Amino acid sequence: MIMADKIILEVARYSPEQDTKPCFATYEVPVHKEWVVLDALNYIKDKVDGSLTYRWSCRMGICGSCGMMVNGEPKLTCATFLSSYAHNGNKIRVEPLRYFPVVRDLVTELSDFLVKLKKVKPWLIRKDTVPLSQGEFLQTPEQLDYYKQFSMCINCTLCYSACPVVGLDPKFVGPAAIALAQRYNLDSRDQGAVERIAVLAHPEGIWGCTFVGECTKVCPKHVDPAGAIQQYKLNAVLDWLTSFLMPRGHNSQDVKP
Amino acid sequence: MDVSSHDVLLVGGGGAGLRAAIAAAEVNPQLSIAVVSKVYPMRSHTVSAEGGAAGVIKEDDSLDEHAYDSISGGDWLCDQDAVETFVKEAPQELLQLERWGCPWSREPNGHIAVRAFGGMKKRRTWFAADKTGFHMLHTLFQTSLRFDPITRYDEWFVTKLLVDEGRVQGVVAIELMSGRIQAITAKSVILCTGGCGRIFPFTTNANIKNGDGMALAYRAGAPLKDMEFVQYHPTGLPFTGILITEAARSEGGYMLNKDGYRYLQDYNLGKPQPKPVLRSMELGPRDRLSQAFVSEDQKGRTIQTPYGSIVHLDLRHLGEKVINTKLPFVRELCMKYQNIDPVKELIPVRPVVHYMMGGVSTDIDGATPLAGLYAAGEVACVSINGANRLGSNSLPECLVFGARAGKAAALFAAQQKVPNGSVLAQATDERKRLESQFLFKTGGRERISTIREGMQTTVEKCAGIYRDGASLAEGADTLRQLQERFADINLDDHNRTFNTELEAALELGFMLDVAESIVQCALHRTESRGAHQRTDFPARDDKRFLAHSIVHRNPDGSSRVELLPVKITRWAPGERVYGELSQTNEPPQAVLTRKAG
Repeated sequence: MIMADKIILEVARYSPEQDTKPCFATYEVPVHKEWVVLDALNYIKDKVDGSLTYRWSCRMGICGSCGMMVNGEPKLTCATFLSSYAHNGNKIRVEPLRYFPVVRDLVTELSDFLVKLKKVKPWLIRKDTVPLSQGEFLQTPEQLDYYKQFSMCINCTLCYSACPVVGLDPKFVGPAAIALAQRYNLDSRDQGAVERIAVLAHPEGIWGCTFVGECTKVCPKHVDPAGAIQQYKLNAVLDWLTSFLMPRGHNSQDVKP
Repeated sequence: MDVSSHDVLLVGGGGAGLRAAIAAAEVNPQLSIAVVSKVYPMRSHTVSAEGGAAGVIKEDDSLDEHAYDSISGGDWLCDQDAVETFVKEAPQELLQLERWGCPWSREPNGHIAVRAFGGMKKRRTWFAADKTGFHMLHTLFQTSLRFDPITRYDEWFVTKLLVDEGRVQGVVAIELMSGRIQAITAKSVILCTGGCGRIFPFTTNANIKNGDGMALAYRAGAPLKDMEFVQYHPTGLPFTGILITEAARSEGGYMLNKDGYRYLQDYNLGKPQPKPVLRSMELGPRDRLSQAFVSEDQKGRTIQTPYGSIVHLDLRHLGEKVINTKLPFVRELCMKYQNIDPVKELIPVRPVVHYMMGGVSTDIDGATPLAGLYAAGEVACVSINGANRLGSNSLPECLVFGARAGKAAALFAAQQKVPNGSVLAQATDERKRLESQFLFKTGGRERISTIREGMQTTVEKCAGIYRDGASLAEGADTLRQLQERFADINLDDHNRTFNTELEAALELGFMLDVAESIVQCALHRTESRGAHQRTDFPARDDKRFLAHSIVHRNPDGSSRVELLPVKITRWAPGERVYGELSQTNEPPQAVLTRKAG
């Protein structure tokens, strides 16, 4: 197929100081083979309208700033090529990530997400204190592999925009935060799984998830939050069952190799 | 005007800033600590660091060897007391990060794994696959969440340091979300804002790397140091400037010219071997590799593309398994952004602006000459990197000097009185300046992007890999004209809510000041050393220039450069030797005797 040399971007615009509701503005931008959607937004901001508002930073898919809805799908705009849309007079519609309050144009409000992250205690919890002079905690490559995937989350929040449960219940802790909790629960050095149960094994924790699996599909870093949630659910059920058999202190969330 | 008050205030929440905040909270839990960052901390540019963090941990290694590699790699412009402190504390800091959960790559027996890195004679670089900065930053951020004394100001942009009675007493900042401009006072302030790669047109640096902290300090009266030393990393992807980590070469990658020839053998870097040899060929230092590229280009042995000349990085012989285990991010970046698979194809690369050796002048506790002001990480110049930083020294630098600055600033804060009222008058003036000169100004004729592109082209042309007096002088003139045009800037955006155009204008103002300091220092240093290569003065001149450039800002905005002798403790200046000779010769041991005490 022949690539068009120009493409139309329909970009959601909203300023709380001027608008009562969001509307779309249309821009024609050049298409270069190397350009991603973010380059087109930068072109508009630099050359056409300096008031277009969005977040971006690293342009290499690791800082997690530039997530937006592109033709209805949550995407990192730095990793979404214009050329994949530039056929047959297609347009590209760019909107802020769904299910978040909008601050302005393409910028969403993230403070609630940050509260959820902190709630799951995403830090290494130890019951003992071992002085640094004793060297590193040993961890084999197999033990590292056990949680590594869940440590790859860049907090881009695409999974929240993909998750219908987040859309229905804003209190749902959500895919990224639960995956992060599992990242620590599964780390052989961590002893804090018990402390994370209250938040996770709660109607607004894992039991909120109806396993649609969209979070895993949109994750640009292959973190598989849906897998983390299912794994935790299974262990939670086992815990509930074994609590009848072994009432004292068994915890199958502590399943590390 | 609204005011909030803290004891210690961090500007920047990347690796150095978060480490400093935690250190301050640990040294004195009674203190109130503010982390003021223009992005959410986990977006900070530390996140993009790939290859690793150096720290002596293995039996065959020694602190002296790490120090010697760093000092010779820095072409003897490092302060050796700072280097000695750095190499000693780096392993402790990396270990501390392990205790906080950093997923370091491991050996089969569970111990920390280390890899080779450019200019390092021993394997001492800790790594978390090739996303080391990402894992370090997220570990620090997540750990910082459990420290109650730390208050975060996420997405607040600092525009000015408040100085009164010779002491820094806080900042003025814009809350991006609301557009509110307010004072945040503090008894000590630590700048941890990183580098300024965006001054150049082609850089690995994120959009947020605008030299904010350097300009804040410079305008407040704290001098900058060694600003002429700009590191070009030899392997950036063309067009995007995305970094392909040096780890690609330490795992065995080859640099090939257009004839498929390992051209580094022609540049005094050793003879090609099938396997990587430490301090040799592809594992030479970054300045020498980037300079070799320019020579190859001049000889017509590079490949021309729409985005400049390129050479190739060849990883194919490493095989899919090694690439997937050790360099998964390299593969991901090549496939996603360059549409090539390094398992089967050559990676096109060219030198790309990566790191500032220079920065805000500090002592080994991060203290600047301006009371109450500290700096750590890339924004600072504590002089462990000299004229050329070795790969994998910058991440531990953030930790070691972040922690030291955090402790020192906490101790300083505990001895100070509450900031006085006169800084609030300054803050009100600053708010008026922001509103009248930018936010509500109409009728300006200049666009931000035009001036920014002008600056980038100018600085690249006069202060690139090779420089000379005439083009530097011309560049300095052009920058002055751009400064004048900047005063005539026009904003399309007059909203207060999340005004990113206002932010971009203020960042451009910062960059213009920092660009000026780079060019002035480069003009002043009439010798060639490390990353500063003057074609009109091609030799190193230890008689005159075994010294740091210290650049002050005059009240009229012009600058003056002075020299400050390098601190030599144990390693007398010598020749930088790479290749076979560096293999056979033992590194010159402490030729000078350590002074007692």
